[in-house]
Amino acid sequence: MWKEENTESNVYWTSKGYVMSIEVKKITETLWEVPKKGDMLVPGRIYGDGKTIERLLKEVAERKGGGFTPALQQVVNVATLPGIQKASIAMADIHPGYGFTIGGVGAFDMEEGIISVAGVGFDINCGVRVLRTPFERPEIEKKKEEVATRLFRDVPSGVGSTGDIRLSLDEINEILRRGAEYVIGMGYGLPEDTEYIEENGRIEDADPNNVSLRAKERQFKQVGTLGSGNHYLEIQWVEKVYDPESAAAYGIHETQILVAIHCGSRALGHQIGTDYLKTLEAASRKYNIPIRERELVCAPINSPEGRQYFTAVNCGINCAFANRQAITHLVRKTFGSVFGTSISDIEILYDVGHNTCKVETHDIGTEKRRLLVHRKGATRAFGPGRMEVPERYREFGQPLLVGGTMGTSSYILRGTAKGMEECFGSAVHGAGRALSRKAAKHRWRGEQVMKELREEGIIIKSRSKPGIAEEAPEAYKDVDNVVDIMDRSGVNKKVARVRPLVCIKG
Amino acid sequence: MTYTYLEHAADMGILAKGSSLEEAFESGAEAMLNLIFDTGTINPKVKVDIRSEARDIPMLFVEVLNEILCKLDIEGLAIKMLKAGRITKENGTWFFRGLAYGEPFQPDRHPVKTEVKAATYASLSYNVERGKHRIQCILDV
Repeated sequence: MWKEENTESNVYWTSKGYVMSIEVKKITETLWEVPKKGDMLVPGRIYGDGKTIERLLKEVAERKGGGFTPALQQVVNVATLPGIQKASIAMADIHPGYGFTIGGVGAFDMEEGIISVAGVGFDINCGVRVLRTPFERPEIEKKKEEVATRLFRDVPSGVGSTGDIRLSLDEINEILRRGAEYVIGMGYGLPEDTEYIEENGRIEDADPNNVSLRAKERQFKQVGTLGSGNHYLEIQWVEKVYDPESAAAYGIHETQILVAIHCGSRALGHQIGTDYLKTLEAASRKYNIPIRERELVCAPINSPEGRQYFTAVNCGINCAFANRQAITHLVRKTFGSVFGTSISDIEILYDVGHNTCKVETHDIGTEKRRLLVHRKGATRAFGPGRMEVPERYREFGQPLLVGGTMGTSSYILRGTAKGMEECFGSAVHGAGRALSRKAAKHRWRGEQVMKELREEGIIIKSRSKPGIAEEAPEAYKDVDNVVDIMDRSGVNKKVARVRPLVCIKG
Repeated sequence: MTYTYLEHAADMGILAKGSSLEEAFESGAEAMLNLIFDTGTINPKVKVDIRSEARDIPMLFVEVLNEILCKLDIEGLAIKMLKAGRITKENGTWFFRGLAYGEPFQPDRHPVKTEVKAATYASLSYNVERGKHRIQCILDV
């Protein structure tokens, strides 16, 4: 009979089940370290304040036999994977994931290192795109109800939702190869849109032959759909600018209306993850890779299996870029019919993913090295001067789009040189859950959450009432606190805080 | 009820029980389907083949759940339940063959609650306690 193996020295069996302790040392007020021990190849580093660490240690102490793996343990587990560089890192929105924590960052040597499904996640390149509009808040307030109704009608959302865009297998393959660029060619956007998308909306080295037919079949009807769960489309207004210079470069000012799109590669990404979990499980055994838990299955980057998964992930990345592009097109059309704007009036501020693994060049000691950086529920956050950042923003660093929750703030941050040094230019991706979905549904009802938000002037549209309860603002950690920790650490800096007016929930 | 949902920060754990392995698989499918739909709204009018194979029982369980998720999208179905045939082991590989029952998905008739992205290997376990088969896994939702 199969049972999860726990060979690490910090796990003990007692009559009450597992008891664990993990040592955590304070480095600064916002950065903590799990010292390298046993088979860890690097230390663990966690961004957080005293309360974050207290919560993580409590989770470890409370684990009973058969329970789930606590986030701190996951940071330790990732630190044992071959070829990991510098540290197994977690951002301040850390919470237990599967294999990697949510908010987890792991960079691996291209020769010695591995690639892991758990380091990318099932919703490949799930991410946030923010659009700038020429409107100020009062101009939208008057037509808020109308635009909410129209967006809800025009942008397909919810489980099983299908879009108007129907594609042939050849077209799907082109999307997987060429991402946003291909759908722009189909008429869903402007050529200049690609300038403000990470990787210019098309990541290289994407091979549709390594994506199963069933993954493609699952995608046939889903391009241009939002999906469900924590995915959303929001009309937001800029409440506060913290850094006027960067904000000016990013083209945003207080009271301006923005639109945020949070979604990913939909069922195609999920199926790639599912397919390769099996492939990498076999690969872990074939290449004798020591793994602490089954979800951490992986393959050497250089092995045929690792290579296939990498090129399939890139297809997922392109699919998500294409999907956010198709939704952008629907938003532009809706704004055009409600407000009379033209397509070019709605511009892309930036588009960045938070479930990816990418080949990037980083400084390791005095050397420049190519590494495969996994970010699971963590955003890329390149600092000033990096060529990957659009020229217009380059002096200030890459814009980071941090999603809040329904009814709470979202943030636009920027990457810094310190972030490049400390954490491979990475950032938080959102608030991070504080309550499980089950607990949230016990505590609130969807109708009540909608009513309370409406009283604050926020319109929620959703096909799923229990889904709204699951995503109630209080079910998440305080996004302001998470962002403050990162800002104080200096690896991400605040540029602006935005608040929602309309939320179309997936 | 022959299954329970387990608290997990971001995702959802399921613990499925049965007096046989096949029954535990059916309970697990029911747990997942009830998370997605209100299965009471679905008529079991059509059936689709569910076939999977894996190296061991827990992996087979994940395979079967993922196969059902796949059928929802590809066949455009709302699935109510799974009926498991005998689970067998041949030459070191475990085989599952069963039927999933449901009807064509209609958003208005089948209100959906949660999208399950995938069944994962996280915290996957299987044991038999006093004749009860218990399988646990985490769903990415």
